Amino acid sequence: MSGKRPDTLPLLSLTGIGKTYANGTVALSGIDASVREGGFVSLVGPSGCGKSTLLRIIAGLIEADAGALSWPASDTRPADIGFVFQDATLMPWARARDNVYLPLKLKGISWKQAEPRVMDALERVGLADFANAYPRELSGGMKMRVSIARALVTEPPLLLMDEPFAALDEFTRGKLDDDLLALWQAQRFTTVFVTHSIYESVYLSERVLVMGARPGRILADIEISEPFPRGHSFRESARYIEICAQVSAALRKGAAI
Amino acid sequence: MRQHDTMPARLARFLVPAGVGLLFLGAWELLVAVYDIPRFVLPAPSAIWESFVQNFGSLMASLWVTLRVTISAFLLAVVGGVGLAILFSQNRHVEMALFPYAVVLQVTPVVSIAPLILIWVGYDNVEFALLILAWIVAFFPILSNTTLGLRSADHNLHDLFRLHGANRWQVLIELQLPSALPYILAGMKISGGLALIGAVVAEFVAGSGSGNGLAWRIVEAGNRLDIPRMFAALFLLSGLGILIFFGLTLVEQRLLRRWHESAIQRES
Repeated sequence: MSGKRPDTLPLLSLTGIGKTYANGTVALSGIDASVREGGFVSLVGPSGCGKSTLLRIIAGLIEADAGALSWPASDTRPADIGFVFQDATLMPWARARDNVYLPLKLKGISWKQAEPRVMDALERVGLADFANAYPRELSGGMKMRVSIARALVTEPPLLLMDEPFAALDEFTRGKLDDDLLALWQAQRFTTVFVTHSIYESVYLSERVLVMGARPGRILADIEISEPFPRGHSFRESARYIEICAQVSAALRKGAAI
Repeated sequence: MRQHDTMPARLARFLVPAGVGLLFLGAWELLVAVYDIPRFVLPAPSAIWESFVQNFGSLMASLWVTLRVTISAFLLAVVGGVGLAILFSQNRHVEMALFPYAVVLQVTPVVSIAPLILIWVGYDNVEFALLILAWIVAFFPILSNTTLGLRSADHNLHDLFRLHGANRWQVLIELQLPSALPYILAGMKISGGLALIGAVVAEFVAGSGSGNGLAWRIVEAGNRLDIPRMFAALFLLSGLGILIFFGLTLVEQRLLRRWHESAIQRES
């Protein structure tokens, strides 16, 4: 429900989504949300609040057992969805370029046809010179870049990221945040970004959905209207601190219930 | 980032054990001479070498027979083990139905099955019976390791394949088999040695006159109390086993050195 563009249909709409695991754990309950086309939404919340589960439901990797997931703008789930995991999740036996080639390869596209796209994707994440490197020869941040290149090589309309930079050091994380925003601005894919960092979610997103645990639910929907590109000035602004405090308060309120 | 052994270090890895071996042989030679041990109890290394040179022709012919049986059994075990493991990975019911029988085959001592196989195959076709017996012994490690390896693929990668609409075949070829490769190679290293053991044990059971591999040379030399020749055949067997092991280690290093932790040498 982005207030800015009420005229266009959202890419993704969730109504009353619920998920209960076989052992009786209620992972999600009554999730209502929508994501506008080209938007950047973060899901932030403590461990066990079901944010990863929600991301997997959106990706179609698991089924919700209550509620409905719909795609108002396109009618069906996009054929290409980019997914970035917390770990880079690269195939260790394959060079960087072969890892990036994977989604195209699985579609039956020959290397000859795919090569320019693969190289372009690697270039966009700044790894053109490392196309032939094996994952273990790359640093943590570089591996994550390969993972992002792999997610974007099909030029998907939707990019799902599951705590992608959580395992990285703060400097690398900050750099990757900025690079991700630049890619998002250039290509305008819709992004749903799961994180447990309040600061990261506020810095990156147009909207932050604050989630609480047991059962996983949405506590607050906070809009951040600061313009992009955002840089240091935003990170250091009073407005930034204020929104972070707002998210933090929503989280605390959820934990107190 | 990868670091290879420097030349002296590599040389030392060969020279140190070789030196220990030479010392051992020297002490052996000396002891036999000092205590005047008769050659039908313990021949000196020099006597064994002499016997080796004398019987070179027959020993090499026997080596060739044992090698042939071992290698064929090993290759068939790789094909059969990996093939069956792939079948298992595709269908849990097949695995559930067949795996216990593979275990039965493994835990039943090969010596006890040998007479049966020999009768079925016929004494005029002993080499084929040896091949079957060696295969039975060599097959299981490959099967169990490959089964484990095919299941060990990263769960998130599995999800990624699913997300991109991969079919079963693509998952097998692009994900499961490469993930299983280190396991398969480890299984092959075990099986290589077991194939040799299987071939030798089977030949022992097959008994007099039927085989002409190295095991038979040992039996024959023992019957004639020609202990130096017995030792010569024994050393050849050990040599063959070592060769198989190092050959497979080399293959493993070649295939895994770019990506798998087990094959990566680091500066310590």
